[in-house]
Amino acid sequence: MTKTIRFRLNGTPTTIETDGDRTLLWVLRTDLSLTGTKFGCGEGICGSCTVVVGGEAVRSCAVPVSSVDGKEVLTIEGLAQGGVLHPLQQAFVEHGGMQCGYCTPGMIMNAYALLRADPKPSREAIVKGMEENLCRCGAHQRIVAAIEGVARGKGGAS
Amino acid sequence: MSERFSIDRREFIKVVGGGVVVLVGMGPSALLAQDRRRVYPEDLNAYLRIGEDGRVTVFTGKIEMGQGVMTSQAQMVAEELRVALGAVEMVMGDTDRCPWDMGTFGSLTTRMFGPFLRAAAAEARAVMLRLASEKLGVPRGKLVVADGVVSVAGEPARRVTYGELAQGRRILRTVDDTAVLRKVSEFTVMGGSPQRFDAVAKVTGAAQFAGDVVRPGMLFACVLRPPAHGAKLTRLDVNAAAKLPGVTVVNEGGLVAALHADPEAAAKALARIDASWETPAPPFDTETVFDHLVKAAKPGEAAGVKGDVAAARAAATRLFESTFHKGYVAHAPIEPHTAVAESKDGKVTVWASTQTPFPTRERIARELGLANENVRVITPFVGGGFGGKSAGLQASEAARLAKITGKPVQVRWSRAEEFFYDTFDPAAVVKLVTALDAAGRITLWDYHVVAAGDRGAELFYDVPNASIRVSGGWRGEGTELHLFGVGPWRAPGANMNVFAKESQVDIMAAAAGIDPIELRLRNMTDGRMRRVLEAAAAAYGWKPRAVPARTGRGRGVACGVDAGSYVALIADVAVDRGTGTVEVERVVAAQEMGVVVNPEGAKMQMEGCITQGLGYALTEELRFRGGEILDRNFDTYALPRFSWLPRIETVLVRNDGLDPQGGGEPAIVPMGGAIANAVFDATGVRFYRLPLTAARVRAALAKPA
Ligand code: FES
Ligand code: FES
Repeated sequence: MTKTIRFRLNGTPTTIETDGDRTLLWVLRTDLSLTGTKFGCGEGICGSCTVVVGGEAVRSCAVPVSSVDGKEVLTIEGLAQGGVLHPLQQAFVEHGGMQCGYCTPGMIMNAYALLRADPKPSREAIVKGMEENLCRCGAHQRIVAAIEGVARGKGGAS
Repeated sequence: MSERFSIDRREFIKVVGGGVVVLVGMGPSALLAQDRRRVYPEDLNAYLRIGEDGRVTVFTGKIEMGQGVMTSQAQMVAEELRVALGAVEMVMGDTDRCPWDMGTFGSLTTRMFGPFLRAAAAEARAVMLRLASEKLGVPRGKLVVADGVVSVAGEPARRVTYGELAQGRRILRTVDDTAVLRKVSEFTVMGGSPQRFDAVAKVTGAAQFAGDVVRPGMLFACVLRPPAHGAKLTRLDVNAAAKLPGVTVVNEGGLVAALHADPEAAAKALARIDASWETPAPPFDTETVFDHLVKAAKPGEAAGVKGDVAAARAAATRLFESTFHKGYVAHAPIEPHTAVAESKDGKVTVWASTQTPFPTRERIARELGLANENVRVITPFVGGGFGGKSAGLQASEAARLAKITGKPVQVRWSRAEEFFYDTFDPAAVVKLVTALDAAGRITLWDYHVVAAGDRGAELFYDVPNASIRVSGGWRGEGTELHLFGVGPWRAPGANMNVFAKESQVDIMAAAAGIDPIELRLRNMTDGRMRRVLEAAAAAYGWKPRAVPARTGRGRGVACGVDAGSYVALIADVAVDRGTGTVEVERVVAAQEMGVVVNPEGAKMQMEGCITQGLGYALTEELRFRGGEILDRNFDTYALPRFSWLPRIETVLVRNDGLDPQGGGEPAIVPMGGAIANAVFDATGVRFYRLPLTAARVRAALAKPA
């Protein structure tokens, strides 16, 4: 059923008219041309499609687009401000927290929500918070180091 | 200047444009002349161009899938050419712009291709020096070069840039044998770990993967799949699907697909296609495959025969007979196989997630009845490959559908399709008979591997009587053993071979009451292997111990050679007797890989190998019944996760006298053996089958001793 859905997308008021049952993932990737959010498993298991809705990490493949009506949606494209990388992005670059880079947007968005809830997580809390995000390349060690770096240095994501 | 090939130079110059161009050729041309190119000479693999703006562009058929070669290859060029790394741009895996390449696999990029690329850059530097010498009127010996600027020694004001020298020129050179490479001691760019070329794009979402390519009017296709390999279509009704708004149904030459501008609508339409299948009775499954393999495999030739195996067996006082097993393992890249194809004016362009852009182009051309030059494959960033993106099926599906519909088409496999059409690391069996004498020397090594091939089977222990027999591999002969696709998987076959070999050595050490590292060193004269083993032992803080700890905590060692590199790895595990869970707490790996181009990049690959290796060692085994694949997503097929992460310590053992060797695969090969050996140390129970799942470990520990 076609619906009007209004939300803020990366800070910009956005209105779309579409079938509200479509998943947020594919609306972002096709209608809204934000391809940084990745498809990995399509069943909410891998985390590569993670975006932040109302401050919380959400698997965009597993929620209907109607669920973001009236909410704030942040995707990987909205993280850098004025060409300056977000501290998490900077930390992933510096620590080499990616290999193929396909899981990276989901990892960063999940870490963003994690640090928002707990700006100074312990290493255990980071591991626990990232547990449901999969990386096949085995970049885990450096991903944890990158998030730890932000948690220690900058007090976490704003 | 050498003239190793004939080439229509004017034609080539037209393609590449002006400036100074150096061609990279690596023999043997017979191997590479499998393709008739329009303009590229047959034994040309890459070229680099110095443009009039002083920028250097490298054109190579290799691709970037996370292994970091985009950066390490640029480092090689910057080093030899003496330009800033930032002046180098990489164009990779585009069949119209890059010369033919067989594919990115086997850790060949650095060790086989690297020397030619460096030589080309060194050659280009020589050309620049000659041109500068003419321009400045100074003999070459008096010139110095740095950052793309040639100046007169001691007179920095008398200078000319590479860009100025390239101005208005059309110079074409081939790599000369005499190109002088820079020495390790002179390196300023190689041997360093600059920021990766692809890092910023990958953290901002800007990095383009095949599925991110958007073409006007593009349709997303969902292809009808059988429920099992070998199933035959008995009835098909596409009417209901075809009536849905906006849906196009294709049913041509065995390819049945539903297409729509919205991928979810395409998937819904596919579900409305009514198909019946006849599935053959399953001949074997996850548990019974091993008997099948042993029975069905051809006997195979014995290679590496030394001494008298039969006599050594007869004379042996301490004989060890073991059989090892390992199931099918999936590649499971997080990016599924994806391709976007567009057919325009008789030419098809395909953006594909592939490790083999050129063979994929040939496949598409063949299937579409087009000449190779009418197909262009462009390879954006590849979201993980590990050998699994070598076949190109999704690319030819997209190309066929684009041609049939006349619209751009994206094919992106679902996770279930990804598991169904993967070319798995094959299930395999190793039978091994060895003997140890009273002095702790291995006197017999009778090795028979079924279905894993010979990679990693070679012996680096000094055994006087040895035979290595190989029945069936993971490609070519051997694939008919399997009900579904098998193919190269990160260090193909070597994980199995090293698991078997290094378990067996441990079995002998334990039986003889000799510390496992001591036994290895006693039987080893290979200097490179001794050095990495000693380095790993030192970094770990290994104290010799002749009997297993049996405390629930243990340590295990394994050694391997792969892609020209040597690696020794020590793992610490904690085994939960109640649940059977094996936790790997610490891994120390020492690797010697010749000259190290990018130390951080090399360590990242080692960490990746170790982390990924936890999977095939502990959980990953594809479950199937006949041609039916039972694992369809990550909920049942368990990949390593953050909580599995051991403390990883990597040591690079220097060997600057050797050209750079492969780094993407070696450190994964000892993981199975090291963990199995550590579990033995922790529990006193030996495991002969990978993976060591919690259920298997629990069951084995519950058995009375
Ligand atoms: S694609 Fe959404 S969780 Fe995997
Ligand atoms: S970097 Fe490749 S999947 Fe994580």
